[in-house]
Amino acid sequence: MSGLSIKDRIKIPRHKAPEQPPEVRSRNFEEVCLGFGLEEAKEEALRCIECPKPSCVAGCPVGIDIPRFVKLVGEGAILEAAHVLKEKNILPAICGRVCPQEKQCEQSCVIGKRGEPVSIGKIERFVADFERLSGRVELPKPGASTGCSVAIVGSGPAGITGAFELARLGHRVTLFEAMHKPGGVLYYGIPRFRLPSDVIESELKALEYLGVEIFKDAVIGKALSIEDIFKMGYDSILLGTGAGLPKMLGIPGENLVGVYSANEWLTRLNLMRADLFPDYATPIEYGKNIVVIGAGDAAMDGARTSIRLQPEAVTLVYRRSRAEAPCRVEELHHAEEEGVKTRFLTNPVRFIGDSHYKLKAIEVMEMALGEPDSSGRRRPIPIEGSNWTIECDTAIIALGCDINPLVTRSTPGLELTKSGIVVVNTETGMSSIPGLFAAGDVITGGSTVISAMGQAKVAAKGIHDYLVAKKGLRLQYAAV
Amino acid sequence: MFQIFTRQEIAPKTVHLKIEAPLVARKVQPGQFVIVRVDEKGERIPLSICGFDREAGTLELIVQAVGRTSHEIYDLQAGDSFLDVVGPLGVPTHAEKFGTCVLIGGGYGSGAILPMGRKLKELDNKVYGIVGARTKELLIFADRLQAALDRLFITTNDGSAGMQGLVTDALKAILDDEPVHYVVAVGPVPMMRAVSDMTKPLGIPTMVSLNTLMVDGTGMCGACRVTVGGETRFSCIHGPEFSGHDVDYDELVARQRMYAEKERAALEEYLKQKEQSLCQA
Ligand SMILES: Cc1cc2nc3c(=O)[nH]c(=O)nc-3n(C[C@H](O)[C@H](O)[C@H](O)COP(=O)(O)OP(=O)(O)OC[C@H]3O[C@@H](n4cnc5c(N)ncnc54)[C@H](O)[C@@H]3O)c2cc1C
Ligand SMILES: Cc1cc2nc3c(=O)[nH]c(=O)nc-3n(C[C@H](O)[C@H](O)[C@H](O)COP(=O)(O)OP(=O)(O)OC[C@H]3O[C@@H](n4cnc5c(N)ncnc54)[C@H](O)[C@@H]3O)c2cc1C
Ligand code: SF4
Ligand code: SF4
Ligand code: FES
Repeated sequence: MSGLSIKDRIKIPRHKAPEQPPEVRSRNFEEVCLGFGLEEAKEEALRCIECPKPSCVAGCPVGIDIPRFVKLVGEGAILEAAHVLKEKNILPAICGRVCPQEKQCEQSCVIGKRGEPVSIGKIERFVADFERLSGRVELPKPGASTGCSVAIVGSGPAGITGAFELARLGHRVTLFEAMHKPGGVLYYGIPRFRLPSDVIESELKALEYLGVEIFKDAVIGKALSIEDIFKMGYDSILLGTGAGLPKMLGIPGENLVGVYSANEWLTRLNLMRADLFPDYATPIEYGKNIVVIGAGDAAMDGARTSIRLQPEAVTLVYRRSRAEAPCRVEELHHAEEEGVKTRFLTNPVRFIGDSHYKLKAIEVMEMALGEPDSSGRRRPIPIEGSNWTIECDTAIIALGCDINPLVTRSTPGLELTKSGIVVVNTETGMSSIPGLFAAGDVITGGSTVISAMGQAKVAAKGIHDYLVAKKGLRLQYAAV
Repeated sequence: MFQIFTRQEIAPKTVHLKIEAPLVARKVQPGQFVIVRVDEKGERIPLSICGFDREAGTLELIVQAVGRTSHEIYDLQAGDSFLDVVGPLGVPTHAEKFGTCVLIGGGYGSGAILPMGRKLKELDNKVYGIVGARTKELLIFADRLQAALDRLFITTNDGSAGMQGLVTDALKAILDDEPVHYVVAVGPVPMMRAVSDMTKPLGIPTMVSLNTLMVDGTGMCGACRVTVGGETRFSCIHGPEFSGHDVDYDELVARQRMYAEKERAALEEYLKQKEQSLCQA
């Protein structure tokens, strides 16, 4: 098989993973992408030319040895490929589904320079699913005890990764989570049709095998302060509390009945299962016309969950143009296929309610694009007198998040940026407080699952080195 | 799991629970609340804390059965457990030496004002309480408040206990009599609103504890948004107490009723199922 020449390999067209047809999937919450089968995965793997200096690896925030695992897939050695993946990424079934590959590993793939890049993400997903469903998952083991203990605050991708790395090194790890289920945005934000709950649950099982103790319902900053945790005897703390404070628009009428934040909308549907009301007790309320404001991942998820509730229309409103939309290209494409209408260069100026405070329309303004702003994207400028209204009874505001202040503002001495982001040393992940490290959205203000995991690895190494220095441990950090 | 140690029916459809919640009990301050969930399919609902014992690791709650979830809680017995109890949430009641304070409670609010009263007393304030109910048997915590505060005023709509009238009638009587420096009201929105309307022209600082809808209680979802002084606030992390003079009450009430129809159906369904299982038993 590997007798193929580079020329032959380049000629193989990129495989597309099968998906539920839009008209079917827009009426259910089942997974949209069905993933590769064994043959497709093997053939797709053959497209990789096994570059000696693989540029794709540099595009992956955790540096997965892509050519090595892809080669093993081409040879049909799927379980071995899974081991290679897990050397660097403990959540491959999750990342294979939600990574914005087109902006990460696949963007840097040389094959993509002339044609289409190797479908690294979909192969990764196939490998992880294959291992998961094979019943032969290699279980991680905790390292020999170092006698040190580390507390992790928040159980999103950053906290999970930190817990995993540190437990493997033999540190005793305790995870504190504010909600009733671990997973962070993976659980309450990303909908099941992109990331099924059983995939999350099975990848989180690793924490159990590693002996990580999980305290749910523990709001740090309220039930316990960072200082309390240190006083309890923990040698170090990793803060992975994410960025969960939804930004609002600050325009009139944003608290009318029918106006949701994307976080509330998604939490009701994903974590609280409002789609199964009244069997599940949490309700959700919506009307015939749903408008979603924004164009990031949360906006796409808001729009695509909306479509599945089968209202008359779902419209996405975004103040910049399609080219500036921060979401994954694939998600916008999926949303449109499923029937979401888009209104680019349109910005809400006020929500209009009826006499019962119920949303009935949104007044918007047309925008034009000006010079690039600090984010490098062209700045939207309102066109005077272009106001018009969109009739709607439900609106979902998806403008991203600020940093939740519960921990950061209750921790004296913790250095924050003006916008409330925790400042860390980028090489060690340590904050201005000795022994307190941070990773994930709480140090970036919002990014991706895999970047949060990458930062957590930096912080885990930082914590380990800190403990080595503080406690005179002899153990070297072996990067995973 | 968070076990219920004692359960007492203190008024019709109203229970006083003492529950196990050591983490919350260690830190809780007057004015804070918890979010609870009964079971895997349950809703997360906020409940005020009306008592706590740091050493025993217990909290006291008062729950009025109004909809499905509060009925589910009402039906729990001593020995049963909550699946989740999260807290303490919200900003504690602001307490300092004000002078004369009046704490006003309606419904479960009569419980919530008890720890606030104790705290204000510790700080050398003169603390009056007012509790109101439709009729005598609906009064909550009157005896405890009587024992803890300098004076308790009771009002009932039908005059079956205390003075006949509303809590605002008692408040007016106090205001006519002596200067008041601080007012806190916890209870149904119309009551908090009427109290605020009365103190506003007099310029008496008045805090109200808002019972907005909530999901997480940690600032993550924004379900608890209220407009206070023209600004959007999250009542779970910025509140639940806000200056009563600045709250947009009409909006608050409209948002509380957002799911009214669905909640009614859910309650009917729950009661029907309960009846069926009782018949079978
Ligand atoms: C709707 C949505 C869709 C997204 N889609 C994608 C995608 O497709 N691909 C992608 O790569 N990225 C996506 N992202 C971004 C990605 O989810 C985040 O970058 C990532 O989850 C950040 O991980 P984290 O661990 O830093 O924080 P989070 O995932 O936010 O986890 C933080 C955890 O900390 C807990 N916590 C917070 N405060 C406290 C406290 N005081 N005490 C205890 N616990 C606390 C929270 O409850 C939560 O469980 C999406 C984000 C959203 C909102
Ligand atoms: C900070 C705070 C403290 C509270 N303290 C107590 C307390 O100590 N004891 C007590 O009995 N109740 C308290 N409540 C109110 C309690 O949370 C609601 O009564 C409960 O959520 C109702 O749920 P349900 O399913 O039984 O009723 P539903 O069927 O949901 O609704 C019945 C009625 O309650 C209102 N309601 C519904 N959900 C909520 C909600 N999440 N929050 C507020 N009101 C709601 C509705 O507007 C409706 O009028 C408090 C609320 C808040 C915000
Ligand atoms: S983890 Fe994400 S970025 Fe890294 S190789 Fe996999 S899909 Fe690409
Ligand atoms: S850059 Fe592309 S072709 Fe080269 S090793 Fe990586 S995936 Fe294979
Ligand atoms: S209840 Fe979710 S932000 Fe307040």
